[in-house]
Amino acid sequence: MSLLIDPEIAARVDRLEIPFNRYGVDPYGASKEHLARLFTAFRFFYRHYFTVGVEGMQHVPARGRAMLVGNHSGGIALDGAMVITSCFFELEPPRLAQGMAEKFMAKTPFMGLFATRSGQLTGLVETAEHLLHDERLLMIFPEGARGTAKLYPERNTLVHFGSGFMRLAMKTRTPIVPFGFVGGGEAIPTIANSYALGKLLGAPYVPITPWGVALPAPVRLELTYSEPMRFEGTGTEEDEVIEANVERVKQRIAGLIEHGRERRRKALAWSRGAEDEALREGEDVGTKKEEQR
Amino acid sequence: MRVLIPGIGGVLGQRVARRLLEQGHEVIGIDRRPWLDAPPGIELYNVDIRKRAAEDVFRKRRPQAVIHMATVTHLVEKTAERYRINLGGTRAVFEHCRDWGVEHAIFVGRHTYYGAAADSPLYHKEEDPPMAVTTFPELADLVAADLYACTALWRVPNLVTTVLRMVYTLGPTGHGTLATFLRGRHVPMVLGFDPLFHFMHEDDVTTAICLALEKRVQGVYNVAGPQPVPLSVVVRGTARSPIPLPEIAFRAALGRFGLPRLPPGALAHIKYPVVVDSEAFRAATGFVHQVDEVRAMEEYRNAFPVRG
Repeated sequence: MSLLIDPEIAARVDRLEIPFNRYGVDPYGASKEHLARLFTAFRFFYRHYFTVGVEGMQHVPARGRAMLVGNHSGGIALDGAMVITSCFFELEPPRLAQGMAEKFMAKTPFMGLFATRSGQLTGLVETAEHLLHDERLLMIFPEGARGTAKLYPERNTLVHFGSGFMRLAMKTRTPIVPFGFVGGGEAIPTIANSYALGKLLGAPYVPITPWGVALPAPVRLELTYSEPMRFEGTGTEEDEVIEANVERVKQRIAGLIEHGRERRRKALAWSRGAEDEALREGEDVGTKKEEQR
Repeated sequence: MRVLIPGIGGVLGQRVARRLLEQGHEVIGIDRRPWLDAPPGIELYNVDIRKRAAEDVFRKRRPQAVIHMATVTHLVEKTAERYRINLGGTRAVFEHCRDWGVEHAIFVGRHTYYGAAADSPLYHKEEDPPMAVTTFPELADLVAADLYACTALWRVPNLVTTVLRMVYTLGPTGHGTLATFLRGRHVPMVLGFDPLFHFMHEDDVTTAICLALEKRVQGVYNVAGPQPVPLSVVVRGTARSPIPLPEIAFRAALGRFGLPRLPPGALAHIKYPVVVDSEAFRAATGFVHQVDEVRAMEEYRNAFPVRG
């Protein structure tokens, strides 16, 4: 086994209820070895670097088709990575959340391969439907690339939601589990997006941070899941009907973002309070020591 | 049942013919190529499917079913001649079926007609348009032949028409596009890409065609066996060595240094997957593959060991 793979995580990958073949590859190209390596790395970021606070994990179904639908937060797919990690580490048995990646990724050498081996596929409605038919857990960001392009001041806002996910959920009778993600905007505070550089690299744009590249800072992230939403229909309804349903999901996510922000404020206040207290204790000890002298 | 197989001289044609003979069918074959060790009991006509003599076979022998495999799929044939065989031949087969009272016609096509591209769905369903004409222009005649066969579904309502889109074949005969690509000691890959490849053992391919005949299914069906595996797994599973080359070097190296010759359009198939959803065929015929991907690779490896 590779040095980059924690045996405990490899054992957890074995517990994923996915039909891996004898080569450890599933019918969509996800690889057990790659997943074990990926989650070994992601665990550090999830537990220690970002200290992700998760609430409402019980709302993610243990089995069967479901759509995790949430907001983009941050200039790169930090949110997606942490959602996938939460489903892997917090659920029993673990589940693989599968995202619908931007199309440019499949064209880019190594990037498309990396995504496929991690179970992340090109965002096409046909592929999404096939995954749901196979009772998989789908992760969808209806804001698309517009969402990751949010600048720092817009970090906790929601931009336009596409409606394809809603039509698909109704057609396939899939429950939607909304989630709100907070903190990505602070981790990668985008001050501008370079569309010219993006064109050069074959991506929609490249986010620019105060320190240049989009390397994330170690800040606290909050992820909040809410109870599943079910929508009756066939998915072929008129736009007004679909848009109204999309709006309901959007409102729910907006509420989850607020809830996450509140949690984040409290956590940071507590953390600051604890630091102050520790500092005060330090000062007290110092004063007492001086008095003893 | 009296079954006529245009293209019986090919590896797949011969296998289907033998299987049908074993099952008690009366088998008639048409091919320009000779079949020297054909089992007694198979009636062979050494004629071109596009010529008058082929129609005479339909007229005199009055087959009840036709399995059309007289298409040129290897890409070394000159294009114009290929077009004439693949399109003219397919037209001739369906016209003769209409004129001479054939009850069931099966067109044996390929899954690669869907085309490989970065923005293609991972699992193609039968309703997906065959996009290979844009990504792989060298396949245009085969795509057209497949679509022409599909038109028989409404043009010839009395004829039960089955169009099969079959994944790559892999097995001990070494027949087929994938098997040919894997023949050398080193197999080139495009650096940074490792697409899923969908293949099935030749015994299962034979079974699927015979089942389509037996169940008399009408419509277009994808046919696949085991789940697809990455190209690197196929290469290693057949005891070859993958050589990842940057795309520019890949283009330049093809046909040299012992690497296979490929037309430019084939490059997309080395970068992006073409896999199919075959649920409809399984539901319609009850088809279950018998040979998994591991054994198919093993049998190929044993039949074509790497020397040196």
